[in-house]
Amino acid sequence: MLYYIIRRIIIIIPLLFILSIVSFVIIQLPPGSFLETYVSTLKLSGTEVSDAEIARLIKLYDLDKPLYVQYFTWIKNIVFHGDFGRSFQWNRPVSQLIGDRIGLTMLISILTILFTWIIAIPIGIYSALHQYSIFDYLFTFLGFIGLALPSFLVALIVVWGAFSTFGISVTGLFSAKFINAPWSWAKIIDMLKHIWVPMVIIGISGTAGLIRTMRANLLDELRKQYVITARAKGLPEKCLIFKYPVRIAVNPLVSTMGWMLPGVVGGEVIVSIVLNIPTTGPLLYSALQSQDMYLAGSFIMILSTLTVIGTLISDILLAWLDPRVRYGGVEK
Amino acid sequence: MSESNNFLEYEETKEVEKEEKFYLASQSQLIWWKFKRHKLAMISFPLLIFLYILAIFADFFAPYNPETRFPAYLNVPPTRIHFFSREVGFRRPFIYNLKRELNPNSFQFIFIEDHMKKYPIRFFVKGESYKFLGFFTSNIHLFGTEEVPIFLFGTDKLGRDLFSRTIYGARISLSIGLVGVFLSFILGVILGGISGYFGGTVDEIIQRTIDFLISIPGIPLWMALSASLPRDWSVVRTYFAITIILSLVGWCGLARVVRGKLLSLREEDFVMAARLAGASEWRIITRHLLPSFASHLIVSITLSIPSMILGETALSFLGLGMRPPAISWGVLLQEAQEVIVVAQRPWQLMPAFFVIITVLLFNFLGDGLRDAVDPYAR
Repeated sequence: MLYYIIRRIIIIIPLLFILSIVSFVIIQLPPGSFLETYVSTLKLSGTEVSDAEIARLIKLYDLDKPLYVQYFTWIKNIVFHGDFGRSFQWNRPVSQLIGDRIGLTMLISILTILFTWIIAIPIGIYSALHQYSIFDYLFTFLGFIGLALPSFLVALIVVWGAFSTFGISVTGLFSAKFINAPWSWAKIIDMLKHIWVPMVIIGISGTAGLIRTMRANLLDELRKQYVITARAKGLPEKCLIFKYPVRIAVNPLVSTMGWMLPGVVGGEVIVSIVLNIPTTGPLLYSALQSQDMYLAGSFIMILSTLTVIGTLISDILLAWLDPRVRYGGVEK
Repeated sequence: MSESNNFLEYEETKEVEKEEKFYLASQSQLIWWKFKRHKLAMISFPLLIFLYILAIFADFFAPYNPETRFPAYLNVPPTRIHFFSREVGFRRPFIYNLKRELNPNSFQFIFIEDHMKKYPIRFFVKGESYKFLGFFTSNIHLFGTEEVPIFLFGTDKLGRDLFSRTIYGARISLSIGLVGVFLSFILGVILGGISGYFGGTVDEIIQRTIDFLISIPGIPLWMALSASLPRDWSVVRTYFAITIILSLVGWCGLARVVRGKLLSLREEDFVMAARLAGASEWRIITRHLLPSFASHLIVSITLSIPSMILGETALSFLGLGMRPPAISWGVLLQEAQEVIVVAQRPWQLMPAFFVIITVLLFNFLGDGLRDAVDPYAR
């Protein structure tokens, strides 16, 4: 087990390295250097930038050196000082801006996955046990529609529906009085009252996919001989199904968590733009629109890193659940 | 007694014949039989073809040019088509003209029907001229009205016909799926093929690259890449850039299918048999390997088109993908970004309906194909 975990962690290191390069490339993509944009933005807003300040920034980020030196300075600042660069749009360090938002994005993503499982597993089991029944067809059909519905459109329609029928706004994550309040129990409870809207919307397509996987897995298991054996021995049907085939059929679902996470995080980003939730989405969006690349690049890097780590955790979880995986891993 | 015996025998021979037919049928015959049993896929295929025809001949099917403005008809709701009138009973479909009036309560303009005169809907009418597929000029449209314009889906804030725009938008939205998948297909087959054929270090590198691309959230990456496209690029250039961005991630799935299939097929008995019979590598690949996974490729391709279409729609919806003057379903939905707009003009969501239908149809088709390509499975 330990060997397996260590192996998985070692694989992740080059992955993170490539990730940082991709993020750095994204930062460098727009024409013009960061500094020029920074200075011109400040000039537009009426602030003159002193030469000393420019010199300081150049030195801080090694902007006068070749690109690969800039890259290493950038990484060094992140790893040792937690400094992700400056957002010129907000004129603040990136790290100050993204902390809370990344946390909320991850919270919503994880809740969404849990929600998906809670809904999809029972439905998947039901569909497999009652194959070709009316409800099975109904769930299959709903599943197809769920897969076809782009989450941002669902968000839009939900917002519109709530607005036009009940006259309420489901956007945002906090009630007005809590928006700028510091964290407290009351604020957390207030957040929980709002958080289910994005959770359900982002979860729709994942749930649809998961129901199909769960149904197919369980159907495969039910056809195997050990089920017939157990039935022949007279095991009660309920005990039989939940003790063996369901447990095996759930295993692949844990591994799909790693696949689901990127989709859910991506979905969260786009849904939060529509619902105007104070997570990464809206900030990343505005950063991209104004080409505030240090902010955008950092967002992408942190989101991807967390997703990669989430995948790692799901892999380890799977190995813990299913010994076949960890021994297979060792043999390799 | 003998009669029923005869009957049983007859039944039996029929069964045997049926079985024989099954064993003698070619692979493609079996696939077709299996595919036919998937009702939804059977319906989806012609409907998809219809949508593509609609897009290709958009000039003919759309009553107006997508840029034509009707200044007197801004934000008009979808035109109601009448079949029944009090004086004559049922008659050919017709519409009424719209009168603009000020709602005294909300101080907003509303449109009400002017029942003074009926305007019949005519087919194959002469309207605005267009270049038919770029070959010759024509001015025949499938349907239209005289004097009073008809707006099946209403109009936008500039008074442009949303129905025409939706049909024209299908050109980009539907083709980006195909072009994107084509690019992914080339990348996927080449890289997956190399990976599965050579194995070893090359395989390891390509597999790790795929792992990497799959493990990062696609949408933020797409957003960042497409946001950095210069704004002054032409529509065609942006189109291809967006397609490339979308297929950067899309090829992974296909590469995995190709590699997995190559690896497992290499070990199959029939490949060994062909090799023993003295077939050349080339013959084995083209005559035995390729046909046996071509069908799986088609399934993966069909199932990856929807994500391309959704990707383009999402990017354009956020204003990061295609931009006006380009028309795609995502661009049309951009106007529906604000809740207030949607609340006042729900018909602006019509393109979304098309997106959902298209994705649904592709999913059904892919599902049917997936069942069909494995004709020996139950």
